[in-house]
This record gives sequence, C-alpha cells and structure tokens, in this order.
Amino acid sequence: MLRNLVRFHNCLGHAFSPPTVCPRGQMFKLLSVKSYSIITERKKFYEDVSISHGEGGMFEINLDRRKLKTPGGKLFTAPNEALAIAVANEWDTQKDILKFYSMHMTTLCNTALDNPTFRSKDQMITAIIHVYNCTEIETEPPSLVELQNNEWDPVLNWIEDRYNVVIGSSTSILGPEIPQATMDTFRQHLGSYNFWSLTGLEYVITQLKSVVLAFALIDKHITVEQAVLLSRLEEEFQIGHWGNVEWAHDVDLYELRSRTAAGALFVHFSSESSTVKRKLMQD
Amino acid sequence: IQSLSSPLCLCQGILRGIRAIKGPEYKHSLAYNYVLDQFCKKQITGERYCLAQEEALYASHSYLCLLISTRQHMALYDIYHGKGQHDTEEMAGIVGLRLPAQPGGRAGRSEGREKTLIPHQRVVKSSRWT
Repeated sequence: MLRNLVRFHNCLGHAFSPPTVCPRGQMFKLLSVKSYSIITERKKFYEDVSISHGEGGMFEINLDRRKLKTPGGKLFTAPNEALAIAVANEWDTQKDILKFYSMHMTTLCNTALDNPTFRSKDQMITAIIHVYNCTEIETEPPSLVELQNNEWDPVLNWIEDRYNVVIGSSTSILGPEIPQATMDTFRQHLGSYNFWSLTGLEYVITQLKSVVLAFALIDKHITVEQAVLLSRLEEEFQIGHWGNVEWAHDVDLYELRSRTAAGALFVHFSSESSTVKRKLMQD
Repeated sequence: IQSLSSPLCLCQGILRGIRAIKGPEYKHSLAYNYVLDQFCKKQITGERYCLAQEEALYASHSYLCLLISTRQHMALYDIYHGKGQHDTEEMAGIVGLRLPAQPGGRAGRSEGREKTLIPHQRVVKSSRWT
C-alpha cells in the first residue's frame, strides 16, 4: 500500500503535462489532483517521428515538422544520439492515443531539462543521502529471514568491497548506525555524476526504495530483473505462500521493471561519452 | 558484470520487441537501424577485453527489459484499469434505467437540474394463454 502511494506520488511528480506542440481541437483526458491538472492521455496528432542535430551538439525530436518541447516550454534536447532515439522510439510506438504514463525516458528527460523543483546538484545529493536505505531484516518467519540473508548478503558484501564502506543491517525499526565515513564516501561518489545522471539515479532509488540496490544496478553488478526481485523480496515471499494476483502483483512488477530499466538506461546514456579512434593499418 | 545473454540473443530480442510494438513496418523505425548499427560496430575488436562491448551488452539487456516490461504492463493496464467516471446517462444505462426528457431539451443534456430516473418501457408480448 505504502509502496503504491509513493509510486503514485512519483508518477504525479514526474508525469508532467504533455509538450506544448499541440494542435487545436484535440481530445484530452484530464486527471485533476488538488489544484493540478495532469493530462495522462491525448489523441495522437502526428505521423512521423525523427531526430535532428541542434545547437551545441544536442539532439532534437521532431513530430512531423514540429519540434518537441518540454512541459516547461523549453525546446526538448537530448545530449546524445542513443537517448534521443530512445525517446523518439517512445513517441513513435504510440498508437491512436498517446499514453504519457508509459513514456518513462521522455519523462526523465523533461525532469532533467525543466528541473521543476529548482534543486541544485548538491541539494539532490543531500536528498539521496537522507533517503539512504536502512537495510532492515525481518525477524520472522525464519524462512523469510533466511531468504533475505541469502539474497541480500552478496549485494551488501559487494558494495562494502567496492566502496570500502561499512553497511550494516538491522532488525530494529530505527535502523543501524551508519558511520559518517560511509556517508562521506557516498557523497563524494555522487558528486562525480552530472545533473542528468543524478536525476536518473534519484529516480532509480525512488523506484527500488534502496540506495544499495541502485548503486549495484548502476555499477552493472546486477541486472534490472535482479534489482527488482531484491526490492520486492518480501512481496515475492508472500506471493509464493499465498498466491499471485495478476491485477495487483503482476501490474506492480512490470511497472517497476519498466521504470527501473528506464532509469538505469537514462543514467547510462547520460554519463557515457564515446569517441571513435581508428587504428593505423599495419603492412 | 553479471553474465548476460549472448549478443545475438539480445539483438534478436530487441528487434522482436520493436516489431511487436511497431508492426510490419518496424524495419523503417529509428530504433531498428540504430540497434543494428550499434551491434555491428561493437562486435569487432582486437582487444581481449573490451569494456565498451560489455557496457553495450548491459545497456542492450536493460533496453530489452524496458521494451518487454512496458509492453506487458500496458497489456495488463488495458485489461484491468478502470475506464474512468461515467456520465449520468451511462450510469443509468448500466442499471437498466434512462433519464427522462427535460422540458425544452434532450434527456440528460440540461445541467444543474435534479435528474429523475425512470425504468425502461418493457414490451410485453401477448401469450396464447390470455
């Protein structure tokens, strides 16, 4: 329940109104929450999607002859071709109705471009450190405790070796004592990411509810499926005991996988840079 | 890096995912050409260990997961998601009632007035016992 509430809140936070490229007379489906109006669906108003080079080496998305814009009114630009094509593919694969809640890469780019909460990089790092997961181990039933130890211990050992930190686990609701040195190490590591990558990383942490899992995923130690499994370990345990409900468990699972995969890809594309250097031919 | 599927399986999986979404014209899509181009570029290397190749494999695996999960999520969403709030006329029809015709207007079109519901008029067939 709480996970769904948090995801719903995240959905509202990230799913902004659609781009300002909008012909007249289009049908909207409005979801009004408090004083906000969030458009979740719209009739498709374009045929072709393409990408083009913009200023400063950025890539732009074109819907027919019009350029895509962010909800904040800025011109939509992606820093590299891979990200631009991923976003263009999301728009290209829409059918008669545009479903903005399925376009996670576009949403992440809009968030990075508009920065609607007006936060700096340091503020984002501080927020991530505050969200730092207190790895809590259940005390009963014993089979769940054993499952958690078997599945989580390798990841915890890996992150302790990788970053030379101490991370504990706790059976208390207050969580373990986290050394300041560990916090400083993570803060320094987060400082090496650029703003776009931090946006994606924060998104992944919010979805997985775990900084440890997010780091393991971004460092390519585990796959998206493994990260989601570990995040939902207790839920999977209960499903194994009581049975699976497709309209709740499977919907939750696939939505979490798609969001986490989008976040991981976004971080990967935002932090990579590639150059081509040809070798000299040797006779 | 965890052991992933082979590059060929990943490439085929991604192209299959694009075809499932785009349909018969998937070969003309941006993503199709880019994915093929990237897999061709990254396969040839003279190095024993190529970090770029490993990272490309990992990104491919994540993208395949994104394609499959999004498609499956949308399929379940279309089946189970609520269709939204019905208007008064539709709600009446669900329970077998209809809105009365308002003076000077069609049924259900006047706003701000209290609507009353009347049952559908039933056609009674005469039977041979009457």
